[in-house]
Parts: sequence; C-alpha cells; structure tokens
Amino acid sequence: MIRLLAGRLVQIAVTLALLSLAMFLLIGLMPGDPIDLALAGDPRLTAEDAARMRALHGLDQPLMTRYLAWAGSLLAGEAGYSRLFAQPVAQIIGPALLSTLVLLGAAVAVSALLGLALGALAAMRPRFAPFADAIAILGQSAPSFWLGILLIIVFAVTLGWLPAGGAAEMGGVEALRFLVLPVATLAMANLAAYARHSAAELSNVLHAPWITAARARGAGEMRILLHHAAPNAAVPVLQVAALDAGSLVGGALITETLFARPGMGKLIYDAVMGNDTNLALVALLLVALVTMLATLAADMAQRALDPRLA
Amino acid sequence: MRLRLGLLLLGLLAAGGLAAPLVSVWMGLDPFAPDLFNRFAPASATNPLGTDDLGRDVLLRLLEGARVSLAVGVATALAATLLGTGIGLLAAWRGGVLDAVLMRLADGMLALPALPVLVVLAAVDTGRIGLPRGEAASDIFRIVAILSVFGWVGVARLARAAALSVLARDYVRAARALGATEARVLLRHVLPNIAGPIAIAAALTVAGAILAESTLSFLGLGIAPPAASWGNMLANAQDLVFSAPWVAVWPGLAILLAVAGCTLVADGLRR
Repeated sequence: MIRLLAGRLVQIAVTLALLSLAMFLLIGLMPGDPIDLALAGDPRLTAEDAARMRALHGLDQPLMTRYLAWAGSLLAGEAGYSRLFAQPVAQIIGPALLSTLVLLGAAVAVSALLGLALGALAAMRPRFAPFADAIAILGQSAPSFWLGILLIIVFAVTLGWLPAGGAAEMGGVEALRFLVLPVATLAMANLAAYARHSAAELSNVLHAPWITAARARGAGEMRILLHHAAPNAAVPVLQVAALDAGSLVGGALITETLFARPGMGKLIYDAVMGNDTNLALVALLLVALVTMLATLAADMAQRALDPRLA
Repeated sequence: MRLRLGLLLLGLLAAGGLAAPLVSVWMGLDPFAPDLFNRFAPASATNPLGTDDLGRDVLLRLLEGARVSLAVGVATALAATLLGTGIGLLAAWRGGVLDAVLMRLADGMLALPALPVLVVLAAVDTGRIGLPRGEAASDIFRIVAILSVFGWVGVARLARAAALSVLARDYVRAARALGATEARVLLRHVLPNIAGPIAIAAALTVAGAILAESTLSFLGLGIAPPAASWGNMLANAQDLVFSAPWVAVWPGLAILLAVAGCTLVADGLRR
C-alpha cells in the first residue's frame, strides 16, 4: 500500500514536470511577451527601453533557461505575479480554489445521489431500464454549456427565480441561490456516468447467489438493495468518481465561465485570454495536481473498501 | 437497433452538411452575409429557424456548422485512431521498457484535466510556426491537431490490451513458425483481430472530438467566425438569452444528436 502510494506520487510529480515543460515551451511560442504589452501601453517607450527591460526580466534568455528559473522558483514557493490582476498569483489562487471546490463538491454530491437513484431504479425495475438508459445517453451527449444556457433561459430569464450568473458578496442563503444553476449544470453532465455504471453494477450484483439467499430469508427489496447490493456496487462507482475527476474539472471551467463565477476554471480561461502566462500556468498546474490527488484518493478509498484490490 | 439509430442520426446530419451549399442556393440566402435589417427574425417561411444577431439564417448556419463539426470529429478520430493503434500495437509487440514508458505516458495524460489543458493549448498561436492565421481550414487543422494530442490515449490503451491477447494466440505462433515476418504477423494477423475494439474507440473519439470542438468554439478558442460551427453559434447565444432565446436552442440540439449518434454506434458495435 505504502509502496503503491509512493509510486503514484512519483508518477504525479513526473506528469506535472512534463506538463509544465510542454506548456512553458508552447506558451513561449505565443504571440507577445510582457514587454510587447508594456510597449502597447506606453507609446513613448523606445526600442532601447524594450531591450533593456527584456534583459532586466531575463526575457532575452533562451526558453529552456527561463523554464528552469521559473520552475525552480515555483518549487521554492514563489508563484510570481499576475499581470492581469496586478497581484501575487498566490493571493488570487486561494479564494478561486476554494470557490471551485465548493462547486465541485456540491455537483459531485448531487450527481452521485441522483445517478445512483436512477441506476438503482433501472436495476430493480427492468421496465424502467430503457428510460434510464435514454436519460444517461442524453446527459452524456448534451454539451454542458448548452444545458447551462437552457437553464438560464428557463430559470433566470423566463421564470426569474434564480440569478443568471455571478456570485454573492456574502455567504449564507444568498450565496446558495447563486450556486443552484451552476451545480445543476455540472451535475446533469456527470449524472449519466454514475447512472450507467451503478445500473450495470447493481444488475450484476442483484443476480449474485447471496442476494437470492437474502431474498429466501425473507429480506425486503429495500433492505436487499441498501444492505446487500449497494455496498458491493460502491467500489465501481468510486472508480467512476476517480475516472471522472478530470472531466468534472473541465466542466467546472465551462460552468464558471458561463455563470461568471470566480473560480479556478474561469481564472485559467481569463488568464489565457488576457495573455497572463504565469497565472495561466500556475493555475493549470494546481488544477492538474488537485485532479490527480483526487483520483488517487478515490483509488485508495476503493482499495480500502475492497480487500481484493489491495 | 442502436447501431442503426446511431448511423441514421449521423447520416442525416452528414447529408444536411453535404447539402448545405445546395440549400443555400435554393433558399436564395447566404449563411455568411450579415443582414442588419433582419436581425433576430423569428421563424418564418423565408427563415425556417429564424435569424441570428447579424441577421443570418440559423438553419443555413446549422447546416454549414454540420460540415465543420463533423469534419473535425471524423478527422480527429482518424488521426487519433491511426496514432493510437500504432502506439498500442508497438507497445504490445515490443513490450519491456518502451511499453512501460508509453503506458505511463498514457496514464499521465488520462489523469490530467483535459479541458483546462486544451484551453491553454488552443491559445497557442500557430501563426508563429508558419501556418496561415484566421482561416477556417487552418482553424480546423489546429483543432484537429490539439484534439489528437489527447485522442490517441484511449485508442492506444484499447489497442494494446487487445493486441496483447491476440499476440499470445496459437495462430500467431503458427504464423511465426511458418516464417512470417513480424510486419506480416502484425498487419495480417493481429490488426484484423483487434479491429472491433478499435472501431468502438474510434466512434467514441468522434463523439469526444465533436463535444470538445464545440466547447472550445463556444469559449472563442476554436473555429473563429464568420465560419459557422455549432459551438461558435452558441458563443454569443448567452448574451442573447433575453432578446432571442431561440438562437440558443438549435445548435445545442445538433451537437446533442451528433454525439448521441456516435455513442449509439459505439454501444451498438459493443454488443
């Protein structure tokens, strides 16, 4: 177990190193460095000024040298400044990460609960199986940004019940109102995977001999489902959670951009659009790290639950 | 049943895309020419699905979008399947360190949150490496290239797993004993026997590519206007929810049908 954990952590570190290298080199190809932007902002700057500033900030160095310097200081805990927000990156990222984790946590809870219920319904009542299947396929196929727009049209524009975007200044009930549509959008996209896997898993488990035995002893259907079948189906469902971590984070980028919620996804998007290279890279690496740690945690929980895997 | 339904959906969308120029001539409208006196026209005989914020016919742009979105999906699947099958076969055949390195690479890429990485990738300017900027064809090429970077992984893992089990079969040993070259073993004996799983992976890759392209175009990082793609048709739909909500409905429905079609085909092949 410990060895496995150590191996996975090393793999995560290597993945992050390769990702950061590839991204740094690619972004080096992007148009405009910060000095070009400074030139656009102040027409009195001369070519000599630009050259002096490039030398001052090390932008005249080869890409590889710049990467090593950047990665070294990042490892030392210095994430640098954001051009877009004119603040240290570390100060921007904290609240954004918290906001995204709240959104993701709520969405996972909602989609897992509804997905499991739908899956259980399909497994227990075969008549409903095609119906649940259709919902799952539709949920998987619908682009989440479109679902979000439809939700805005129905609940914000037509009915006027909920805000179309943004986030509340204060916490409390008002903040919850801003959370409903983004969470619904994200949950609808991820519900399908839970429904499909739990339906498949439960209908396998429900044909196992010990279920027949429990039924023969006179256990009720609800008790069989919750007590005998569900724990056995929990492991594959956890597997879905692990596999889906990446797409969930991608979904967060879409919902946050769509609903103008400050969070990691919108931060990455804004940073990319605003040519804020450093913020984009640090935020991307942090999001990748959190995703991979979440996947690892789900894997480990799966092993803890199922002794056959450990 | 599922296979047929899926193929029917995709066939209809593809036929619509292919017929786009003809429909355009027949209706006497240009899907790219703005008509500012006719903005936000609701559905009517001349504009069956209404017009968008620049007065362009929504139906014609949907059909044009079908060309772009399906082309991106199919081209990505083709590139990703070729690359993935090659890598998967190579890993299964060579084994050892190469196999381990390739599969760790695949694991690492699967663990990454794809969309944030794609967003950063999509902002890389291909103009700097000598490709023409701002044309639909080069946009399509750029999107296909960055989607293939992630697309090969799923295909390669499936191809490797299938190839490993085939390579252990007796007929492969027999072929080798008869003096078949390794290339012949791989191409004649292994490849045809792993075509099933690869076809499923390819169908799912088309679905994933259509979704990813529409998402990137929606975010303004994919196919740039005036070229139509289902994603970029939705890009300004969000600003129009108050004035012209119907503009938002159709492109999303088209994406839904295309992706569901691919999923159904994959499901059908699996049975």
